[in-house]
Amino acid sequence: MEVLIAIAIGTLTACGIYLMLRARTFPVILGLSLLSYAVNLFIFISGRIRLDAAPIIADGPYTDPLPQALVLTAIVISFGMTAVLVIMALGAYLTAGHDRIDTEDQHAEDQP
Amino acid sequence: MSLALIAALPFLGALTPALTQRFGRGIATATVALFSAAALLLILQHVPAIMAGQTITTQINWLPTLGLNANFRLDGLALLFALLILGIGLLIQIYARFYLDTSEPYARFLTYLMLFQGAMLGIVLSDNILLLLVFWEMTSLSSFLLIGFWSHLPKARQGARMALATTGAGGLAMIAGLLMLGHVAGGYDLSTILGERAAIQASPLYVPALLLILLGAFTKSAQFPFHYWLPHAMAAPTPVSAYLHSATMVKAGLFLLARLWPVLAGTPEWFWIVTSAGLITMSFAAGVALFKDDLKAILAYSTVSHLGLITFLLGLGTKAAATAAVFHILCHATFKAALFMLAGIVDHATHTRDIRALGGLRRAMPISFALASIATLSMAGIPPLNGFLSKEMMLEEAAHTAPWVIPVLATFAALLSVAYALRFLVYTFLGQAPAYAHAPHDPGAGLWLPPAILAALVVAIGLAPMAMAGWLVDAAASATTGEAVHAHIALWHGLQPPALWMSLAAVGGALVVLGLYPALRAAWDGAHKPDAKAMFDAGMGWLTKTATALTQGLHNGSLSRGFAVGLCSFLALGLYAYLSAPTLPGTRALTQISFAPVVAFGLLMTAALAATALHRKRLLALLLTGIVGLILSASFAYLSAPDLALTQITVEVVTIALMLLALNFLPKTTPRKTAGFRKLRDGGLAVAVGTGVAALAYTLMTREAMFPPISAFHLAQSLPGAGGHNAVNTIIVDFRGYDTYGEIIVLGIAALLIFALTESLLGTRWAVQPDHAAGDEGDAHPVMLQTATRLILPMAMLVGVYLFLRGHNEPGGGFVAGLVFAIGLVLQYIASGQDWAAARRRIPYHAMIGAGVLVASATGIGSFLAGRPFLTSNFTHGHLPPLKDFELATAALFDLGVFLCVLGAVMLALDALARLAKPQEGR
Repeated sequence: MEVLIAIAIGTLTACGIYLMLRARTFPVILGLSLLSYAVNLFIFISGRIRLDAAPIIADGPYTDPLPQALVLTAIVISFGMTAVLVIMALGAYLTAGHDRIDTEDQHAEDQP
Repeated sequence: MSLALIAALPFLGALTPALTQRFGRGIATATVALFSAAALLLILQHVPAIMAGQTITTQINWLPTLGLNANFRLDGLALLFALLILGIGLLIQIYARFYLDTSEPYARFLTYLMLFQGAMLGIVLSDNILLLLVFWEMTSLSSFLLIGFWSHLPKARQGARMALATTGAGGLAMIAGLLMLGHVAGGYDLSTILGERAAIQASPLYVPALLLILLGAFTKSAQFPFHYWLPHAMAAPTPVSAYLHSATMVKAGLFLLARLWPVLAGTPEWFWIVTSAGLITMSFAAGVALFKDDLKAILAYSTVSHLGLITFLLGLGTKAAATAAVFHILCHATFKAALFMLAGIVDHATHTRDIRALGGLRRAMPISFALASIATLSMAGIPPLNGFLSKEMMLEEAAHTAPWVIPVLATFAALLSVAYALRFLVYTFLGQAPAYAHAPHDPGAGLWLPPAILAALVVAIGLAPMAMAGWLVDAAASATTGEAVHAHIALWHGLQPPALWMSLAAVGGALVVLGLYPALRAAWDGAHKPDAKAMFDAGMGWLTKTATALTQGLHNGSLSRGFAVGLCSFLALGLYAYLSAPTLPGTRALTQISFAPVVAFGLLMTAALAATALHRKRLLALLLTGIVGLILSASFAYLSAPDLALTQITVEVVTIALMLLALNFLPKTTPRKTAGFRKLRDGGLAVAVGTGVAALAYTLMTREAMFPPISAFHLAQSLPGAGGHNAVNTIIVDFRGYDTYGEIIVLGIAALLIFALTESLLGTRWAVQPDHAAGDEGDAHPVMLQTATRLILPMAMLVGVYLFLRGHNEPGGGFVAGLVFAIGLVLQYIASGQDWAAARRRIPYHAMIGAGVLVASATGIGSFLAGRPFLTSNFTHGHLPPLKDFELATAALFDLGVFLCVLGAVMLALDALARLAKPQEGR
């Protein structure tokens, strides 16, 4: 199980980073989403893996609730961050006429 | 507490000019003077105790674990400096009131001055050397503001920058030196350090620490070869020069040398470095002063020379020399401050400071002439003034020091200082008066009174040294050397060789030098002299160019490049950490794996890889990303995190809705433009980082925590302490409620930011027309969908309320409930359009965010009423048939705030995008 989750985290990270290194806004935002998944999962597993041990107080056993609380708010905050990035990307596209993230590439590529 | 209050008084005073300036310059000056005077009185109140040999201390723990405490001490040395800083500070305030033109921003000047005064006072009163460093840096910054006060003048800006760069760089070196010192001594308090002389001098860190500390002291006190900034700092208004370069800023370096004298002095390294720096500075600067024509430039080089003299004395490392040094600090401050003020008076009266254009002012300005004569002759070391006494003591010490070059150079420097002092006086006040544009005359008392008080001190200390200054010198010298000192300063020791003969030789030599002045001047003017400013500018230019090249190389504004560089550094650091430390074997047993998770995670990875591979088809990539999120939420449920599963799935829905809205505008595909090399590079980097993160995650999961997690407390206290079964929810709304409070505010701000950006976008011309207006989408609002969503809305709300109410005990809570509500509402937007939804909206979303934050704040503040800290929760159980038992917890009220804020933020963001999507008129 641990091996599987570790590989999943690695894959999400790699995909997220590759997309974030693209030159257009939309793939970068998608990449950031994938990277957020990876980071959230990573923080979550820092409480170690325990099946059937939800931290709802009853008879136990319980898994570590603190990483869960951290990740819960992180998920909501990353929505806010994504939303801000999306509107910034939109604004840049609508006012500049293209969706490249680096202005230095402007001369290298043709105008859309 | 008293010492901390004294150190704080000038800073408090710095706040007042902004308030008092409307009442005029007089009131503003009087107010700040009140603060300085109060500090002075509080210091004086401790004088008897210090005379009795005590050291006053105040200790306030700040960051005791780091050794950084707000500890203050007042001993003889600190007393001497505090009296100079505050006493001369008061005179400067009066002088500046009359000196600065009414058009100057006077309140700002006073604020800077008081900030500087506070920083200086802080340095001398600090017991903790880390605290001292903080004040030290503050003097660099505030002196930058003061020197550059006339910021419209390029010279002022350049001079200020030069002073800041030089003293700031020295300050950085000093930080390292003092940290080493504290490390060796085993503490950062002077009271600890001063007792560790043997340990410090035996340590291998002694020499590096000494060099770094000296670098700090020498740059601050303008010792050769760091003297160049001081003459350029003369671009400051004269009151600033009088303050910074007589009593305060430049004396800070000397203070530090004196302060650390007991532990650093007495070694060959100390003797040779400090003595030679002082001796070279003293003679070299006196020589330069002889050939300057600007009154302030002469005084500037003279100051450098006198600072060298004091450094020289401290370098000798004997008790008597340290006593002479302390005495000269006092004498120099009195006559030099007076001279700077007088230079300002002459400048005001004649509109020039060039002594070649001056002369004969003795008749027109008799008061200034009298005062200048006293101060200048003291500077030259002519009896019976105080400068004579301290110079005599210096020569006496030099005479007893081998090798012979030391007394010779000391005498030579004394000779030069007599020469430039006489030239200063004679050229300005004696001789024939040139034709002045306006007839010069003595200024009002406001300008001449401060130097007159100082001149009176010069005479009084000269005539009765023991009565006037003996006690202070004794106290300061005892504190400097760490042993009881009883100085015997007398005007006339009789025909006591060799100091007297050296002194006479200096005066005689000076007259000869002045006689030969035209020839010497011609030689000086013809000689090639290195230009300190050009060298400094060249050095700064090189630094700037290198820094720019480095910055441009690492981060030229390109997001991808910066990101790639950052990733490479992380990779390198991670690799270093992995290779440089032993890896402990994993002890935790692996969790049994079953079929379902293999399929799920396999699907998750496939979706992620597919999204990456197909990212040019944006809609497809977005849907694949959504699949990843959905599987992730299922995984959370499987991995014992039902709350996360709920949150992830609801956030996923709103995120996808948001991105779909955005994709409505953006191009639907990404053009194929990237070079193959770049793909390979990015791919390699991504795989490397992914592998590293996977390895790290695996390592983490297969090891037990090093320390027991604090969540054991949360689990144990969830029910008895917070009254909830759901430990995740009790952490969010109770144990870590403050964090959550911050987070909902951040979320609210993000939503408002989106709203503001949308508003501005709606008001600007767009460069492209979004290609969604083609009209080929078919029915925009199908009836079936509309009907279904109308039915779903109340159900969604019911589910939301249910999740909210049970959140404290079972998975759910304000975050999830807010998101579920939001989904119900978003569906209405999708099915019926923004117009329809907006027309039926009763409560604006901004208000909802505001209400959420207010409810959360009110809950937090409510606990004040119970006399407990912010956000302390309280609860009781309610029973209302036929419902299950439920909590009546204040935490639930806080959760309501979270709910409102989340709902408002999500809806505001989506609504903003939806408004953009509406077909716009006239675009």
